Amino acid sequence: MPLQPAVTDLELLKDRPPVACLAACPGALQSAKFDRDELTIWVDSIYLIESLNLLRNIGFTVLADLTAVDWFPSEPRFEVVYSLLAYERHERIRFKVKVNGADPYIESVTGLWAGASPFEREVFDLFGIRFQGHPDLRRILMPDDWEGYPLRKDYPVEGYH
Amino acid sequence: MPSIDQFRSVPVVETIGGDRTMVLNMGPQHPSTHGVLRLLLEIDGETIVRVRPDIGFLHTGIEKTCEAKFYQQVIPMTDRIDYLCPMTNNFAYVLAVEKLLGLEIPPRAMWIRLMLNELTRINSHLVWLGTHALDIGAMTVFLYCFREREEILKMFEMVAGQRMMTSYFRVGGVSLDLPLGFLDYLKNFAGYFPDRISQYSDLLTNNPIWIGRTKGVAFITKEDALELMLSGPTARGSGIDWDLRRDMPYGGYEKLDFKVPIETAGDVFARYQVRMGELRESISMVKQAIANLPDGAVKADAPKIVLPDREKMKTQMESLIHHFKIVTEGFTVPEGEVYQGVESPRGEMGYYVVSDGTAKPYRVHMRSPSFANLNAIGVMCEHNLLADVVAAIGSIDIVLGDVDR
Repeated sequence: MPLQPAVTDLELLKDRPPVACLAACPGALQSAKFDRDELTIWVDSIYLIESLNLLRNIGFTVLADLTAVDWFPSEPRFEVVYSLLAYERHERIRFKVKVNGADPYIESVTGLWAGASPFEREVFDLFGIRFQGHPDLRRILMPDDWEGYPLRKDYPVEGYH
Repeated sequence: MPSIDQFRSVPVVETIGGDRTMVLNMGPQHPSTHGVLRLLLEIDGETIVRVRPDIGFLHTGIEKTCEAKFYQQVIPMTDRIDYLCPMTNNFAYVLAVEKLLGLEIPPRAMWIRLMLNELTRINSHLVWLGTHALDIGAMTVFLYCFREREEILKMFEMVAGQRMMTSYFRVGGVSLDLPLGFLDYLKNFAGYFPDRISQYSDLLTNNPIWIGRTKGVAFITKEDALELMLSGPTARGSGIDWDLRRDMPYGGYEKLDFKVPIETAGDVFARYQVRMGELRESISMVKQAIANLPDGAVKADAPKIVLPDREKMKTQMESLIHHFKIVTEGFTVPEGEVYQGVESPRGEMGYYVVSDGTAKPYRVHMRSPSFANLNAIGVMCEHNLLADVVAAIGSIDIVLGDVDR
């Protein structure tokens, strides 16, 4: 299966249900990409909860994963990545929100999935992205008095000396 | 937004029940927490009011370390995440990298991977059954389970040279072909193993003590299970009919014929039934893989990615060059990102790999099933008795290496 070039043209992707359903929330969809059989959509962080609700309505009811990627030194620096799963459609999409590096915060999705709580704590712990509305945002893997956010790209692999 | 400093202080001993309740610390050194899990149990007499897990004791920063390694050097670290099912982790990672590369693997390698992956599931479930029963007080089952597990570990040693941290799968296939005599050994094992499963279930399924300790205990509804992002046997015990092997096949599972055991009761006993059913299905899948195993190569024909055979490396100049380049510089992977979810013995094991076009992954994230399934412990234990916490932990089959990474 040789690699096909990625499709990033919104015109070609607009008929796919996850992209089409976001038309109900104008301004939410920033871009989309179809690559290696996986659909990725970028959504404006203001419309996070609204778009997740729209996607839930068409069957993406399961949050399979929540993580982040640091694109240091470019801005916006972080991408929070939600992997959504639809049981009936047997389909997965990647839902991404860009987050600013200077003051990284984003709405929490614990209101939609209570199980997202430890995942958000992990992202907070390792990337320093704060989740507004999270009930118990504390470090989860690192010690409570740890300085810095280990998975950021400007954090050395050897640790601070 | 409040400042970050606000999140530093940990409200450890604060209670919700006022003077009526007390907080009891369980773990991290406790034999039935299956590793280094610490639970803060708030109890009213012997009834659980609230459970708060405290994790991170086994955090080794594998995700960070991966960013400093070549793609092939990440494989040995994936073993150490979920140390009870090393090959499942290898499988998820190599599938993700192969998807990034657009690499196809030969059929023999595919069948070997399926066969060993199912064997790994049996291995993991045997440890679960043995320790779970031991926690609840049934000593004999543990000894029987480890008798069979020993045979599986011997087979892992045959193929990989290692009993537990196998690192047998490679990007583009498997590291070596199966050794002579392996298939006969495995056929013999697959012949008697179904009887052994009956032996375990004879000891437990109708045992009044076992039923008393498991039926109606640590109950979780289907709705809660969805909301808490549960997966695998823990979710299937609550009636969620979802198995990635059947519903989103990967790595050749579409070629196997199997059923997915589902239970709807949502208690410890239901999860026990699901896993016992899976043991039977897995051994049948191993048999199918033996029957379908074709001859041929076990590595893809991609000299810039797959290490050459030793023989060729010593006789052909190109192979020597490729070997040198792969070992010293790694292989580059085209830019892109991939999420590969596989059904591990514990649930959805997902590898999210981001490539920036170099020889080292830009980001590797492991969505580990135990981390998500640990969510359930609060709901399962509330209003149950203190003694049932042990049954609940056993029934979600937690591996702390998987939780903390």
